[in-house]
Amino acid sequence: MANADCIVIEGSNMAEAHPVGFQWVMEAKKRGAKVIHVDPRFTRTSANADKHIPIRSGTDIVLLGGVIRYVLENDLWFEEYVKTFTNASTIIREDFEDTEDLDGLFSGYDPETGTYDNQSWAYQGEKDMLQRGLPDRDETLQHPRTVFQILKRHYARYTPEMVQAACGISQEDFEYLAKAVTENSGRERTTCFAYALGWTQHQGGPQMIRTSAVLQLLLGNMGRPGGGIMALRGHATIQGSTDIPTLYHILPGYLPMPKVGQDSFAEYARAIGKKEQKGFWANADIYAINLLKAWWGDNATAENEWAYHYLPKLTGAHGTYQTLMRMLEDGVDGYFLFGQNPAVGSANGRMQRQGLAHLKWMVVRDFYMIETATFWKDSAEIESGETRPEDIGTEVFFMPAANHTEKSGSFTQTQRMVQWRDKAVDAPGDAISELEFAYELGKRVREKLKNSTDERDRPILELTWDYPVDENGEPDAEAVLAEINGRHIAGEKAGEPLKSFGEMKDDGTTIGGCWIYTGVYADGINQARRRKPGKEQPQAALEWGWAWPANRRILYNRASADAQGKPWSERKKHVWWDEEQGKWTGLDVPDFPPTKRPDDPGDPSKGGAAALAGTDAFIMQSDGRAWLFAGTGMVDGPLPTHYEGPESNVENPLYSQQSNPTRVTFTSKDNLSSPGASSEGGDVYPYVFTTYRITEPHTAGGMSRFLPYLAELQPELYCEVSPELAEELGLEPYGWATIISARSAIEAKVLVTERMTPLQIGDRTVHQIGLPYHWARGKEAVVSGDGVNDLIAMNLDANVQIQNSKNSACAIRPGRRPHGAELRALVDEYRDRAGLVPAEEAEVDGAMGAPGEGPVDGFSPHEVRGPEEATAVPDGTPSMKEMNNR
Amino acid sequence: MSTQFLDWPVIRQLRGADKTGRGTAVMSQKTRSTTSRTATADGVAQSVCPYCAVGCGQRVYHKDGRVIQIEGDPDSPVSRGRLCPKGAASEQLANSTLRQTKVKYRAPYATEWQDLDAEEAMDMIADRFIEARRNHWEDVDPEGRPVRRTMGIASLGGATIDNEENYLLKKFFTAAGAIQMENQARI
Repeated sequence: MANADCIVIEGSNMAEAHPVGFQWVMEAKKRGAKVIHVDPRFTRTSANADKHIPIRSGTDIVLLGGVIRYVLENDLWFEEYVKTFTNASTIIREDFEDTEDLDGLFSGYDPETGTYDNQSWAYQGEKDMLQRGLPDRDETLQHPRTVFQILKRHYARYTPEMVQAACGISQEDFEYLAKAVTENSGRERTTCFAYALGWTQHQGGPQMIRTSAVLQLLLGNMGRPGGGIMALRGHATIQGSTDIPTLYHILPGYLPMPKVGQDSFAEYARAIGKKEQKGFWANADIYAINLLKAWWGDNATAENEWAYHYLPKLTGAHGTYQTLMRMLEDGVDGYFLFGQNPAVGSANGRMQRQGLAHLKWMVVRDFYMIETATFWKDSAEIESGETRPEDIGTEVFFMPAANHTEKSGSFTQTQRMVQWRDKAVDAPGDAISELEFAYELGKRVREKLKNSTDERDRPILELTWDYPVDENGEPDAEAVLAEINGRHIAGEKAGEPLKSFGEMKDDGTTIGGCWIYTGVYADGINQARRRKPGKEQPQAALEWGWAWPANRRILYNRASADAQGKPWSERKKHVWWDEEQGKWTGLDVPDFPPTKRPDDPGDPSKGGAAALAGTDAFIMQSDGRAWLFAGTGMVDGPLPTHYEGPESNVENPLYSQQSNPTRVTFTSKDNLSSPGASSEGGDVYPYVFTTYRITEPHTAGGMSRFLPYLAELQPELYCEVSPELAEELGLEPYGWATIISARSAIEAKVLVTERMTPLQIGDRTVHQIGLPYHWARGKEAVVSGDGVNDLIAMNLDANVQIQNSKNSACAIRPGRRPHGAELRALVDEYRDRAGLVPAEEAEVDGAMGAPGEGPVDGFSPHEVRGPEEATAVPDGTPSMKEMNNR
Repeated sequence: MSTQFLDWPVIRQLRGADKTGRGTAVMSQKTRSTTSRTATADGVAQSVCPYCAVGCGQRVYHKDGRVIQIEGDPDSPVSRGRLCPKGAASEQLANSTLRQTKVKYRAPYATEWQDLDAEEAMDMIADRFIEARRNHWEDVDPEGRPVRRTMGIASLGGATIDNEENYLLKKFFTAAGAIQMENQARI
């Protein structure tokens, strides 16, 4: 970011949420970079920016779609970059129909299931050529079905006037943004985008990020210094926990979990990447074999398909919200919490707590007595008298956890850099690390099952589960890191750590637990522990920590050089082709086959890296190109398209399709939504509220509300309202307000501030209310306050199953909320007025999930429109090749 | 003149090198004789802040087996020695009086916590893991296709623990067929 000439921060309050990272934005600004902040609120980030542009929450695709149109209409796109590195010239199938043709739907929509069949979004071409990543193309970009022309038509109506109508952004402000990013892109200059949960937590959030990707590609800002799209993630190793995932849908290294029906290893591996396809996913089988060998050792052989059949299979989405629905039906006995506080931090807190009460047992591993651990004695439902401890059968184990100073191990930060921590002290009392807990649990389960002859226990008993431990019983984290890295297990090099994933073999002679991390333990040295001071090395600081893959600091950095391999400019040079040495070199580790010449045509008869042409910079893509048009990978369309949020009171100004046709929700009387623009009842919840974090507290508060320093700095919950709204409703500064959604009601102190701007949308003035979400009702922390997530519905994005937290509908009125039964009565009163009937009778537009008798195998009967993840490549055959980086 | 007079800060300021009165001139004897905790620490460990994902470098000073101070690591090319209020407060994360150090157990329908031996707790959890796994085991889906999994166990969390820890958890849970693992990245 420090190298950018323009930085657009949208969907993030970086100055508050990532204050130390924000210093690099300020460094760029000091050098003359323009900083623009697009956000519903004026925040500390805005205060440090050249310009703040207030936006109606959830309309980012209109704004950025408008900039895309501006770029295309005014011929401001980076022609050589776009033609060389993107799929702009690719021709899409004849039966593809755009949202412009179908009034907000793409071709392939099935209204019964609320899902798309994406066959018609595929590339046109001869089948064998498509498999090899060589679709039909028109390099002149004139063919009407080239991606370029489709893109032009798709965004033709995203005009400055439309931006004003949808986002509430003036044409002057729009022009400022459009000019800033286009004037600061090209050979000599780069623009960077940064986002956080302000994009992620929307129904349609992934498509907001995609809009920015399309724009950045048109402007030639990907793979270049000062360019890119920075995901500002919010937890110490949320990146690591996605790479080496504790997530249902993937295995380490973004290998998908097998799906039902993938009955052989070959079928599974081909669904990820085919041997004949271009790029590094062609070796998916090798990555998977090395993982299976790491897990099942000698018990994973070519004969038994590398123990592939030991892996469980998915039958759909099994995300945390689907799991909650299953809990409510008594379909889950036990729940482990590893440093997470769902009673406060997850959407629809009331249902979360009800779910906990349905468990047989729960293990809470934390530093403090968080609200999830004590829900049975001091939750909001206990306080209101709805339930009593004597009625809750959940057995709870609170297990104190070791903190970051009491164990060694690695975190992966938001730019993929793995950093090792040394242990400082022993953990107090019974506190142990998760490493010891996991290892110990595994050992005990294995011991108890050791005489089992049950076939289903074999994967547990045959698992490699033997790590060195110290005198306190703590496993050696470096030994685990070494397994993640991988090693040779046969031949001359047996026992040696792998240097790179390129050394991985498909014959069982190597193992590696997470292929993208291979190299982190190269030469038997913990590369993540490297600490050469920043001042003593060039800016990329390649000797501090280790970034996956292969210690690269900028992904796809081949694109920082032109087709001939020369830097686009001296000012923006990063990686280039060195003719003399016959290899790629530069300021970073080149993200390209090191000796592949820029003019190498690629060998399509081979697959994988050999098939890549010297200009196929996007080496993970099956066609070597960056995708302006994503024929696969997104379940709700190949191009980002604006839909209104699930509870929006504004009619979609672009299409008669009001909201995202693939959206996922759950039918329950506790998960009702405002009807929004679809009925007059929407006016019962006339305001938009958006949630966010502030500097001193941290997420659901488990690591902040229990610390006196931090608790004192931010002692209580407040809501931010504009002076106009305060006056309209009689909200007193520093007095109390009650905020009511279709789920619950909370109270907060009132902060009347011009930081909130009322926006004019058609003849409607849209008032947005800001709510930080760090507090909770409980008795253990230093400070308490109502839990904002109680207000939020489980309305999910179908791509990633993440809830919409950033624009929900509410009512607000002066004064404190009632307690006890009166609280529910208040919520019900608003529901009645809005015409929200109990869920059993609710008309959920489109597919209906009928409430079931109990848990049906593999499916939550309440789920509406929960499609499986994307599974097809542009040639129409199933695959899964995206890094679903959340 | 008496030493007392000469030691008067304003006189020290006028006489000495510290004309602006922001350094030695305003130092009391007490300040001069004070040593920082970091100077007398038993050791320092290089670490990383446990809050957001910027990954600021930390130096963890410890004495007698206790964390006594946490400071930003000036060597870090990411943070250049800076910490935000959370990172700067992280010594208290370790030492807050509200820190829990004993296993607690709440029996079904009980109104209070009770103490439980840590070993016994681990054993009880292992028993329950096996039972829950069996209770909700699925060999095949409704169409008879193999799924080999259990729906009886779920987990949430991972974004605040180490890569190595997530790896072992994912490895073991997956081998047990427990697919419902999730973390903050979904939220």
